[in-house]
Amino acid sequence: MSPRKRITMNDHAAEASLFKRRALFTFLCVFILLSLLFVNLYQLQILSYNDYETRSNDNRIRVVPVAPSRGLIYDRNGQLLAENQPFFSLEMVPEKVDNISETLDQLGQIISLTDDEKESVIEALKYHRRFKPLTIKNKLTEEQVAEFSVNQHRFPGISIEAGLKRHYPYNGLMTHALGYVGRINGRDRTSLEKNNQWSNYAATKDIGKLGIEKFYESMLLGKPGHLEEEVNNRGRTIRTLKSEPPVPGQDIYLTLDLNLQKKAMELLNGRRGSVVAIDPRDGGILALLSSPTYDPNPFVHGISSKAYNKLLNSTSRPLINRATQGQYAPASTVKPHLALLGLESKAITPKTRIWDPGFWQIPGVERKYRDWKRWGHGWVDVNSAIVGSCDTYFYDLAYKTGVDAIAKFMEPFGFGERTGVDIYEESAGIMPSKDWKRLRYNQPWYIGDTISVGIGQGYWTTTPLQLANAATIMANKGRRFVPHLLKSIQDQTAKIDSPTDELAPIVLNTPENWDIISEAMRDTAHKSRFKDAKYTAAMKTGTAQVFSLAEDAKYDADTIDERLRDNALVIAYAPYENPTIVLAVVLENAGWGGKNAGPVARALLDEYLLRDSWDKKE
Amino acid sequence: MSAHNHRQNIWQRLHIDLPLLIGLLALMGFGLFVIYSAGGEDLALMDRQLVRMGLSLVIMFAVAQINPEVLRRWAFPIYITGIILLLGVHFFGEINKGAQRWLNLGFMEFQPSELMKLAFPITMAWYISKFPLPPKKRYLAGAIVILLVPTLLIAKQPDLGTSILVAASGIFVLFLSGMSWRIVGGFIGSVLAMLPALWFFFMHDYQRTRVLTLLNPEKDPLGAGYHIIQSKIAIGSGGLWGKGWLEGTQSQLEFLPERHTDFIFAVIGEEFGLIGSLLLLTLYLYVIGRGLVIASRAQTSFARLLAGSITLTFFVYIFVNIGMVSGILPVVGVPLPLISYGGTSMLTLMTGFGILMSIHTHRRFIDR
Repeated sequence: MSPRKRITMNDHAAEASLFKRRALFTFLCVFILLSLLFVNLYQLQILSYNDYETRSNDNRIRVVPVAPSRGLIYDRNGQLLAENQPFFSLEMVPEKVDNISETLDQLGQIISLTDDEKESVIEALKYHRRFKPLTIKNKLTEEQVAEFSVNQHRFPGISIEAGLKRHYPYNGLMTHALGYVGRINGRDRTSLEKNNQWSNYAATKDIGKLGIEKFYESMLLGKPGHLEEEVNNRGRTIRTLKSEPPVPGQDIYLTLDLNLQKKAMELLNGRRGSVVAIDPRDGGILALLSSPTYDPNPFVHGISSKAYNKLLNSTSRPLINRATQGQYAPASTVKPHLALLGLESKAITPKTRIWDPGFWQIPGVERKYRDWKRWGHGWVDVNSAIVGSCDTYFYDLAYKTGVDAIAKFMEPFGFGERTGVDIYEESAGIMPSKDWKRLRYNQPWYIGDTISVGIGQGYWTTTPLQLANAATIMANKGRRFVPHLLKSIQDQTAKIDSPTDELAPIVLNTPENWDIISEAMRDTAHKSRFKDAKYTAAMKTGTAQVFSLAEDAKYDADTIDERLRDNALVIAYAPYENPTIVLAVVLENAGWGGKNAGPVARALLDEYLLRDSWDKKE
Repeated sequence: MSAHNHRQNIWQRLHIDLPLLIGLLALMGFGLFVIYSAGGEDLALMDRQLVRMGLSLVIMFAVAQINPEVLRRWAFPIYITGIILLLGVHFFGEINKGAQRWLNLGFMEFQPSELMKLAFPITMAWYISKFPLPPKKRYLAGAIVILLVPTLLIAKQPDLGTSILVAASGIFVLFLSGMSWRIVGGFIGSVLAMLPALWFFFMHDYQRTRVLTLLNPEKDPLGAGYHIIQSKIAIGSGGLWGKGWLEGTQSQLEFLPERHTDFIFAVIGEEFGLIGSLLLLTLYLYVIGRGLVIASRAQTSFARLLAGSITLTFFVYIFVNIGMVSGILPVVGVPLPLISYGGTSMLTLMTGFGILMSIHTHRRFIDR
């Protein structure tokens, strides 16, 4: 071998070994870099696994809330007062519709869309997210639903959404007791969020706004269910993973009697006034009418502002619940209670007689307080004072007892404070006293104020419900309940009676005094309106000087005269021996109580006690 | 060279390296499984991929029959052809997805940059092996010219992924040739120093966005960050054992974009978990190891350098792809070698492995 060749051979060997070293080094680098990838994968797949798993599930799983169906509301006899009706609306996902105005035109040929409706859809689109469903038309008829369904393939991205909406089959008949549901607004939402209730409304759009619907909202609502759906990257549902059905709201039965309520409505016939009837055996309210009333159904679908303003500005104030918020001077309807006070406080005895010349004077004062009977009642005792509604007798009685004793005695009868009925719309009325006047008007109490209170006027105001409640306590001879509308709740298997809230009874020093008063009320009834009744009733009427319901109301010149007329009132109960119904009726500006309110009471008691189908025990 | 190599077995006569072939087939088989899942169980898609695999194997087999000496002799002409074609793309190429990469040859669309991926290491190995190794500094200038011309032309298309791959294959030749550490260090330093220039003068806005997105993908989760976020969610949610074949929700429900092409590794991570990823990395390491063994056993500098460069370029594919899919490198269009759906890269890679096999099976057995 030549030296040249050896050198080459050596070079070759050196080159080969240099390469091997470099190759080994490179292999190490490769190994390290691949390990680096592995470490990164370990970080992703092991250390951060939970985080990424959650995000993966968030990607693919959509939780769709399912609305529970709202509990139904029945009257005491199982008549349906509030139901859920199927409701169809046409919805469009703008993202999926290529040519929206053309599509609307084609839709119009099938389900008749007006130009206004089309325009409002186009308008709404401007403020609408493209992938969120937009309502094209509400309240589709079944025919429209059928027409569209047949043609559905022509309208990708448009579908019919079915739901349930509250419906009140008797329209305005029960409005002031039932209230209504309406769309959840910002204020509702804030308060729900504050009370951690918001999650229960995940799929529900409506909430009780008034009356029973509001008071028993949580019971009626139920619990939403959930559908867990797997979706792809375009939000299309691939399959349902899990479904938890909603728990429907509980059905409730009210103490209201549909027929009695209907009768009351018929009797008032749109006149301004109120009827409240209570079952004295448990305080259940049999009828609660405020007239005039209004149809709650438009409120469920969102009443137009025009229609709403019409209700709001109506001079007869249909939106106010007269039965629980209307404040009226009780007038002579509280004379039995005042007489009872007189007997109990021994300011009078059953034998006490006074001479009524047609007026009464505070001793030593010239001013005459007139009796309604200008020529006077002559000699009157407690019975004839109640039967004849003798003002003079009660002026004298009030003068003798003083206003504070009256206020104290009337308090357990529920005057001057809320009864606690199970709707939120309730006013307390006013039971005046010396302290009250000082607080309210910063004025001393005058004796003249006491004299007015003595005949249920002056500062004294009550709601019809308070009046009925006080009459119930009288009929019950001191036994007291919180008046209420809820009778029972439908559980899965049985109707569970709502517990009645019985208060401590009024115990008189002389229990016979109850009888003296109720006998007087019985005599009142049977010497006038109930003369020919087939049952024994007790009654007291009242005629109140006008207390303007809304002091800021603007009266038309034409109606002024009417509005200045007296309010007619009556309280009544029957059967006398064992009362099952107590009534209070107030008719605004109707005039004389006995003549105007009395017939309403008579007709209602006849309806309730004499109708054939009536199950008296229930 | 031990004596038993004299007796050539059937595989050697066919110019096939069995250990390498097994590794490649294992990867391709694994790839088929993943594509079936990632492609939404599309059998037509599978057919096309199978045809490509078959074609790639045929080409690999054909290339393996060519003596490396032939490649060495043709190295420079191939290189010049490649440069001309790249210039052709620059002036007459088709614009597709904002990049000018394709040359319409009438009957097919052709990416000259793909040809360059192989022509370039061959040229580099030819150039370096002309001189005694380690190469002297004065030869380096020529090497850098050979390196820069195609790299810049490809980067300008723009095709950052391919230009990185091409440049890397040349640099590997230089490194494996035994260039002194000082030059290697200097070279790495100058590349790092050039990064700002790259950023300001050569990168397109979309490329800059990709780099920024890597640093903070959550900044634009539905836009620029979407790919990388969904990919990381897919991989991360796979956990240790994965969600199971065909059970990956990120890929099956189409949250993961490009799931059967560039982002197919995310499907592997999701459906087969860390264990599946580890298996894949191990397979790759095995193929790389075998490639380096073949390189080390080659008899000429040219063969050694070429084999080493091809093997390491294969690694760069892996590292860049998995790095980008798992969120540690910016998104560049590099497929996962032998797994991703698509023909061009598989043909190129398998041609490269054909060269490796040729190098290994065309050794002359010298009696000493």
